[in-house]
Amino acid sequence: MSGTTRGGTAIVGVAESDLGKVAEGVTPQDLMAQGIVRALDDAGLTLGDVDGLFLAASQLRMPTISMCEYLGIAPRYMDSSFTGGSSFEALAAHAALALEAGACDVAVIAYGSTQRSQRGKFTPQRDLNDYDAPFRPRLPITGYALAASRHMAEYGTRREDLAEIAVAARAWAKMNPVAFDQRDLTVEDVLNAPMISTPLGVKDCCLVTDGGGAVVMVRAERAKSLKQKPVYLLGHGEAQPHHAITNMPDLTETGAKASGAQAYAMAGLGAQDMDVAQLYDAFTITTLLFLEDLGFCAKGEGGAFVREGGIAPGGRLPVNTSGGGLSYCHPGMFGLFLMIEATRQLRGTCGARQVEGAETAIAHGNGGVLAAQATLVLGTEATL
Amino acid sequence: MNEIEQSPRAAWEAHARDGKLAYQWSPDAGRAVWQPRLLCPFGGRAPLEWRVSAGRGVIHSITLTHPVKGAPYTVALIDMDEGFRMMSRVEGADGAPSEIGRRVVLRFEAGEGEAPPVPVFDMEPGR
Repeated sequence: MSGTTRGGTAIVGVAESDLGKVAEGVTPQDLMAQGIVRALDDAGLTLGDVDGLFLAASQLRMPTISMCEYLGIAPRYMDSSFTGGSSFEALAAHAALALEAGACDVAVIAYGSTQRSQRGKFTPQRDLNDYDAPFRPRLPITGYALAASRHMAEYGTRREDLAEIAVAARAWAKMNPVAFDQRDLTVEDVLNAPMISTPLGVKDCCLVTDGGGAVVMVRAERAKSLKQKPVYLLGHGEAQPHHAITNMPDLTETGAKASGAQAYAMAGLGAQDMDVAQLYDAFTITTLLFLEDLGFCAKGEGGAFVREGGIAPGGRLPVNTSGGGLSYCHPGMFGLFLMIEATRQLRGTCGARQVEGAETAIAHGNGGVLAAQATLVLGTEATL
Repeated sequence: MNEIEQSPRAAWEAHARDGKLAYQWSPDAGRAVWQPRLLCPFGGRAPLEWRVSAGRGVIHSITLTHPVKGAPYTVALIDMDEGFRMMSRVEGADGAPSEIGRRVVLRFEAGEGEAPPVPVFDMEPGR
């Protein structure tokens, strides 16, 4: 799909809600609302300006209905498309389409989750079919482990390479004051951590935190007169090549190849043009596959690319500068946070972890078991 | 009257209770279909046909999953000789990537309670 214009819409407000472990009794709606109000403040807009609502949450079955009631608003346009962790990149594309069609003027994309404080009380629904279920895959991790195992057999990728991804995320997290886990982490720590599903141990897995947030989008002409430096949507793409890991066409190549190609084509840019990359990191293998599929290195060379601090501060490519789902926060779905960090990098407001002179960014969301992929290419005014 | 007399799942289970690993075949696409369903995922219009697998295949990928409680077990994807890929378990395997490519043989294991028999695999002897 496209139907949108390169640079036709822009992100003008971003914010996280409370993160980590939130106060007793706080609901996903509370966090979503807090994120929405903060992001509108960031943009210099108010709740009364919002006429497009784009929401996804695993704990809220009907999030737009729920939030309209909670906030007391009646937007003209609502969308609660759900593709797991990639929902937010997909919703940003849908928001661009709605904005350009005139269906709304101020679009808010938001998320909220209390997955950590509800641990044990809330179990996200797993879509396990009758034919896979008897083998008790621990989803999602068993699915990612099968992809990692195949990648190792096919390309000689090592557990040490995957560990480098977790270590790099931690190094970035140490420069993000709101990152959840800032403790020292070495490759040895990752390798020696308890195993969950070989070859992935517990330190290859994302955090389980609470958290939410919001992103505000408007058409480009309106963006220029708002409070923040606009971050333009240059390209977007979506792909959903399978649902169950059993049916993944190729365990070592994700739909990011297709969604990325669409986003790059629309942006007129390629991997070589990206100054900073925010790539969904549910597990270490996830980042590695996306580096390959989004063209930062050839298929099979992800291990070499991340080796020796390749994606750590000062490395070949700044990846997941927030600390990512592995070290910053991961409240069940991480997609929205990729957009927040990409926007802040392009505004130049990331402080110690700021990538000098960043003008372009890619934010790539992943949903299900390497299933639903959605890519955004973002840029500053200089890229228009 | 409804058109579907027996669901694809019921047909698969009936085969399994008879000790047969059933899969489907698309006559239009000329290839195997897994998991069982009503319609061809390759664009074919002709009804899918049931076939019975010879029960031999190759490990496409494998992992050793550690449950919260209890002993670890393997979860594998098996490329069957008939051209479909299914999830299963390989008994006696340790879940290492070095086991990928090894040939395996089907064996049915009793299901839990009323559940149908479960198709699991053993390493092919002599390799």
